[in-house]
Amino acid sequence: MIRFILSKLLYLVPTFLGITIIAFSFVRILPGDPVLLMAGERGVTPERHAELTAQLGYDKPVVLQYFDFLGRLFHGDFGNSLVTKKPVLTEFLTLFPATVELGLCAIIIATLIGVPVGVLAAIKRGSWFDQISMTTALIGFSMPIFWWGLLLIILFSGILGWTPVSGRIDLLYYFPDVTGFMLIDSLLSGQKGAFTSALSHLILPSVVLATIPLAVIARQTRSAMLEVMGEDYVRTARAKGMPPSRVIGIHALRNAMIPVITTIGLQIGVLMAGAILTETIFSWPGIGKWMIDSISRRDYPVVQSGLLLIAGLVMLVNLLVDLTYGLINPRIRNT
Amino acid sequence: MALLNIRNLTVKFATATGSFTAVDGIDVSVDKGEVLAIVGESGSGKSVSMLAVMGLLPDTATITADEMTYDGQDISNMTAVQRRKLIGREITMIFQEPVASLNPSFTTGFQIEEVLRLNLGMSRREAHARALELYRAVGIPEPEEKLKAYPHQMSGGQCQRVMIAMAIASNPRLLIADEPTTALDVTIQKQILDLLMKLQEDYGMALILITHDMGVVAETADRVVVQYKGKKMEEADVLSLFENPQHPYTRALLSALPENATGDRLPTVSDFFTQEAAR
Repeated sequence: MIRFILSKLLYLVPTFLGITIIAFSFVRILPGDPVLLMAGERGVTPERHAELTAQLGYDKPVVLQYFDFLGRLFHGDFGNSLVTKKPVLTEFLTLFPATVELGLCAIIIATLIGVPVGVLAAIKRGSWFDQISMTTALIGFSMPIFWWGLLLIILFSGILGWTPVSGRIDLLYYFPDVTGFMLIDSLLSGQKGAFTSALSHLILPSVVLATIPLAVIARQTRSAMLEVMGEDYVRTARAKGMPPSRVIGIHALRNAMIPVITTIGLQIGVLMAGAILTETIFSWPGIGKWMIDSISRRDYPVVQSGLLLIAGLVMLVNLLVDLTYGLINPRIRNT
Repeated sequence: MALLNIRNLTVKFATATGSFTAVDGIDVSVDKGEVLAIVGESGSGKSVSMLAVMGLLPDTATITADEMTYDGQDISNMTAVQRRKLIGREITMIFQEPVASLNPSFTTGFQIEEVLRLNLGMSRREAHARALELYRAVGIPEPEEKLKAYPHQMSGGQCQRVMIAMAIASNPRLLIADEPTTALDVTIQKQILDLLMKLQEDYGMALILITHDMGVVAETADRVVVQYKGKKMEEADVLSLFENPQHPYTRALLSALPENATGDRLPTVSDFFTQEAAR
């Protein structure tokens, strides 16, 4: 198992280096001059422009800039935001819990609904449940997130008035930041109504963000289950006189979960992309919205390092998925 | 009274191109402690008829029979729960592909102890001790280690021994072995057959052996049913079948044994009929 983990960790090194190149060049390709944007409407003299460019290191050859960037990374220096002057890492860590809270909720919703729906659709193949759930999944998968989000806001916030339109919690409540997760902090604060408020703010964005992963997980679970149900070992389990709940819930599901777990892991990447849109629609103060704002401000260091941190995170989640995969599938673990 | 009695069993499958009859009016009966071989080439419906008895056919199958009884109890009208009291306890089955028949995600120990705990109500500790005994009985070397092994860590022969251990775990009265040696090496085939025969004697259980190998039939069976395209061609005790086969198809099957080969080619069933027509 240790060799398995080490080999997986070793794979991360070239991937991470690749991402640093992509993040670095992506920002350089973006049109727009950060110095001009910093100067704002008043403009800047050519001398001052050259001075600032030199100060930020943007006058050096691109390759040299890249190695500077890489060198600082190895020292844990992700650079400072051009706009707020704060370290990128500090900003990231402040906003990160909001995105994790949203993402976790979304992936929990997607898994808790997607897996059982997929299993049931597979068992009742061809039934009305199968057809309706899989058609709904296809619609959910095809739905543009921003449009789906707006529709839900119009219905639940506008017409029904059940949920708030944006933000993480009502302004009425204030409590110290303990974990960064609003649901937990509001509970810890002991303030009446704080938790309900946090939950009501979280629900719509989570549902919106969960929609695509939910559809993918449900469809993947269904096809994995259908494949596994035809396997010889499922027949053996039935021949042993095991009740259907055990045949499906233990013998079939355990094997069907192998591809599903990979899918869930891959959905974390999709989730990060979805978070950018969802956070923008719901003014959710997470790293998705932070990235969008930074791109429009040409805040090179934030975009560059933010991208890197997000990619690093996705890699880490994928590593965890690979490890879980090894736990569930002994054939992988022992090779 | 026969232990298992089936009269006029028909199994039809609904397919995209219409209904397909896999088993067409078969009669099978097996007595207590008897070894019955069902022989036939691929597609003769020998496995399907036994899967029908076990209730292991997919929903697309329609099963009809004039009689389908086990020890006097009507199997065809049993509910799923009633049938599960028989299947895996009184009647057990082993299959052709032993490695694929074991769940790759669980240790073989888990899979056999599951039978002991769920079907016989043993505790975890009792099940473990009994599983060890069973592994020894079927000749698995280092049984303690092998209980912790996953199917992919064992050979095909060892996996078939595990399957046999699971099948005899609840002291069944009828074991159905569906081509138990087909996927194995020739040397292992003999060992598995000998093991099955020894256990059949030790446990006094009836054995239905599904095979296409006439050599296996000659060595093991008391009685033989020859099937072709879902129909029964002939039924006889093993000696009369080999000495005086009545049905042309049986004669064709016997003429297709490898030892009758002349030159480089192995004889086939159709060779027999071509020669017969030429006469």
